[in-house]
Amino acid sequence: MPVAVFSQRKARVVAWLDERLALDRIREFLAHKTVPVHSGTIWYYFGGITLFLFGIQVATGILLLLYYRPTATEAYESVQFIVTRVEFGWLIRSLHSWSANLMILTAFVHMFSVAFLRGWRRPREVTWLSGIVLLGLTLAFGFSGYLLPWNTTAYFATKVGTDLAGSIPLIGPPLARFLRGGDDVTGGTLTRFFGFHVAVLPAVTTAVLAVHLALVQRFGISSPPWLKTSEGKVPQMRFVPNFLLRELMAWYAALAALGVLAALFPWPLGEKADPFAPAPAGIRPEWYFLAPFYTLKLLPSHVAFLEGEQAGLIGFGLLGLWWAALPFWGVRPDGRERTRLVTGTGVLLLAWLSSFTLLGYLK
Amino acid sequence: MSLGLLLLTFGLAAAPGRDNCQECHAALDGRLAAPAQAYARDVHRRAGFTCASCHGGDAQETDPGLAMSKQRGFLGAIARTAIPKLCARCHSDAALMHKYRPQQRVDQLAQYLTSVHGQRLMKGDTAVATCSDCHGAHGISEVKDPQSPVHPLRLPQTCAGCHADAQHMRPYGLPTDQFEQYRQSVHWEALARRRDPSAPSCAACHGNHGATPPEVNSMAAVCGTCHALVEDLYRQSPHRAAFEAGGRGGCTVCHGHHRVLRASPEMLAGEKAICAQCHESGSKGAAVANEMAGLLAKLRDALARAQGILNRAARDGMEVSEATLRLQDGQEALVKARVAVHTVRLENVASLVHEGLSIADQSYRAGEQALRERDRRRLGLLVSLVTVSVAIAGLWMKLRAIESGGKQT
Repeated sequence: MPVAVFSQRKARVVAWLDERLALDRIREFLAHKTVPVHSGTIWYYFGGITLFLFGIQVATGILLLLYYRPTATEAYESVQFIVTRVEFGWLIRSLHSWSANLMILTAFVHMFSVAFLRGWRRPREVTWLSGIVLLGLTLAFGFSGYLLPWNTTAYFATKVGTDLAGSIPLIGPPLARFLRGGDDVTGGTLTRFFGFHVAVLPAVTTAVLAVHLALVQRFGISSPPWLKTSEGKVPQMRFVPNFLLRELMAWYAALAALGVLAALFPWPLGEKADPFAPAPAGIRPEWYFLAPFYTLKLLPSHVAFLEGEQAGLIGFGLLGLWWAALPFWGVRPDGRERTRLVTGTGVLLLAWLSSFTLLGYLK
Repeated sequence: MSLGLLLLTFGLAAAPGRDNCQECHAALDGRLAAPAQAYARDVHRRAGFTCASCHGGDAQETDPGLAMSKQRGFLGAIARTAIPKLCARCHSDAALMHKYRPQQRVDQLAQYLTSVHGQRLMKGDTAVATCSDCHGAHGISEVKDPQSPVHPLRLPQTCAGCHADAQHMRPYGLPTDQFEQYRQSVHWEALARRRDPSAPSCAACHGNHGATPPEVNSMAAVCGTCHALVEDLYRQSPHRAAFEAGGRGGCTVCHGHHRVLRASPEMLAGEKAICAQCHESGSKGAAVANEMAGLLAKLRDALARAQGILNRAARDGMEVSEATLRLQDGQEALVKARVAVHTVRLENVASLVHEGLSIADQSYRAGEQALRERDRRRLGLLVSLVTVSVAIAGLWMKLRAIESGGKQT
C-alpha cells in the first residue's frame, strides 16, 4: 500500500475516533502535562512502577485462576500442579509472588517519597489519603494471598495473624471470626480469603486506584516547596514523551528484576498445611508485617490495664491514623508547614519499620 | 511392734497436716538434716505423706523423745532388706494407689522378688539394688520428671552406678563394661543424642523391677518387642534352629548385646563381616552373604545418588517434592531388604532391592530432568534480559534523540 494512501486512511481513522472519543482533548491535556525536574525526580517513578507491578499481579493472577482450586483439600495440590505440570506455570506463580512483594516494597517507597517531598500538601490531601488506603489494600492483598497455597507456613502465619486481629479490643473477636469464617483457620477461611483476594479487594482497589490516578492528573505532580525559584517556577519536563519514556525504562528494569528473581529464586511451595500438626518453630509472617509482629513480641504481658498485644495493636492503629492524617497536622493554621515534625515523624517511622523488620528477620 | 504398725497404718490413713520431724531435722546439721531437706521436694510429701509414714513415730508430737519413741511406733532407719516391703505397703495396695495414680501398676514387689536383685536381697545380700538405690530415698521424683534417676534418659547412668563399678561387681563375677558398650550402640544414639525417651535402655530388655538377664531362647522375643517383623523372619530362618542348638542367643550372635551397632552391608561381607565368623570363605553361606551385601550396598548407593541430585535441584529452587516423596518408597524398600536379610533367602532380598533400584532410577531421572529444566530457565532468563536491555537501550536512544532535538521544556 502506498505511503500516501496509508496516511490518508490513518488520518480518517483518527478523525473518526476523535469525533467519538474526544481524543484531541486527551492529546491536548497530555501535551501540557509536565513533571518537575530536580534531584528528587527519580522518586516520581515509584508510583508508576507500583502501578506496573499491580498490572503484572492482575495478569498473572488471572492465569493462576485457570488452575487454582480454593479448597483445603485441593489448594496445595493445584498450586503444585501449576508449578510442575502447567507449561510456564512455575514462571507465572513465581512472577505473581515476587511482584506482590516488590509491589508492597515500591508502594512503601512511593509513600515515603511523597511524604518527604511534601506531595501531600494542599490541595493533594485526598490524593494522599487515597494512597494510604491503597497501601492498606495492598497489604490486605498480601495477607489474603499468602494463605492461598495452603502450605504449613502460610497456615500458621494466618493463624497468628488472625489471632492478633482477635486481640483488638471490642471489635477483635467478631473480626477474627469474620476473617476465619469460624473459630479457627480452616478450609472455610481459605475459601473466604480467596473471595477477598480475587473479588472484593480487586474491585475496591480498582475504584480507589481510579480516584487516586484521577486526582494525580487533576492536580499534577507536586514540586518540593524548597525548590521554588524567585519566579516561582521549577524546571519541568514534558510527561509525553520525556517522562513516559523514562517511566517505560523503569518498568523494563522492574520486569528484568522480576525475571531474575523468578528464574533464579522460584517461589517455594513448602509443605502442605496440616491443621493437626504442631506449629513449626520460628513461625513468622511475611516481611512486610515483621516490624509490628516483632514489636508485639517485645512488649510486656501487660501495659497499664491492657494486655500487651492489645496495647500494641491500639498503638499501631493510632500510629496509622496519625500518619494518614499527615496533611492535616503537617501544616499550621497560618499555612506554614511543621517541617521538623513531619520529617522527624517520617524518619522515625522509616527507622522503626526498617530496623524492626531486619530484627524480626534475624531473630 | 504390732502397736507400732498399728500407729503407722493410722498415720497413713490420717495423712497429717503438720510434720514436726521434717521441721526439726531440717534445722539440724549434716546427716540428720539431709533427709529432711531432700524430702522437701519429694513426690510423697506433695501427696501429704510425712516422715512418720515410713519411719513411724508421731509427726504431730513436738517432744522429740516422745515423737521418736517405740510407744509411738518409731522404726528408725529402715533396714535395706525391709525397704521393698515397706514401699509395697502402699505401692502394692491397688485401692490406695488408685487415689493418687489410678493407672500405676501395683505389682512392683512381686516383680522385684523375681529379679536377681530381689532374690539375693531375700537371701540377705544387702549390696544388691533395692527400691531406694534406683528411685532415691528422700528426694523421690516421679519417673517422668527429667531429674529422676529412673527417667528414661537417665536410667542407663543409674544402672551403671553399680554395674560399672568393678569393686561392687567383683563378688558377683559380672562384667562392668555394659554401659561403655551401650554408649557405642545405636540405641544410645537414639536415647542420648536424639533425646528420644522411647529408645531402649537397660530396662527395655532386662525389665525394671523384675530385672533379669534375658535367657538364650527368649532373646529374640526381647528384641522382638520393638523389632517385631525381624523377630518373625528370624524365627522362620534356618539360623534359629542352629543358634538354639548351639546355645547361642539369637539376635545377639550377630548384633551383640549392649553394643548394638547400626546394621550395614559390611556386616555381611568384607573384612568386618559377622557372617564370616561362622561361614567360611567359599562356602554357600558366605556366597549368599556376599551377594546380599552387594545388593544392599548397590541400593544404598543408588538411593544416595538420587537423593543428591534431588537435593541439588531443590537447592536451585526446582520443585521436586513429588520425586523426593517417591524416593522415600525406595528408602522403605532398602529397610525392607535389610530386614529380609533375616530370612537368609537371597531371592527375598533381591526382589526388594530391585524394587528399590527401580525407584532410585526414576528419582534420579526426575532430578536430571529438573536440572535440565533449571538450565533451560536460566537460558530463557538470559534471552529475556538481553531483550529487555535492548528495549531499554532503544528507549534511551529515542529519548536522547528527542531531548537533543530541543523538545524538552
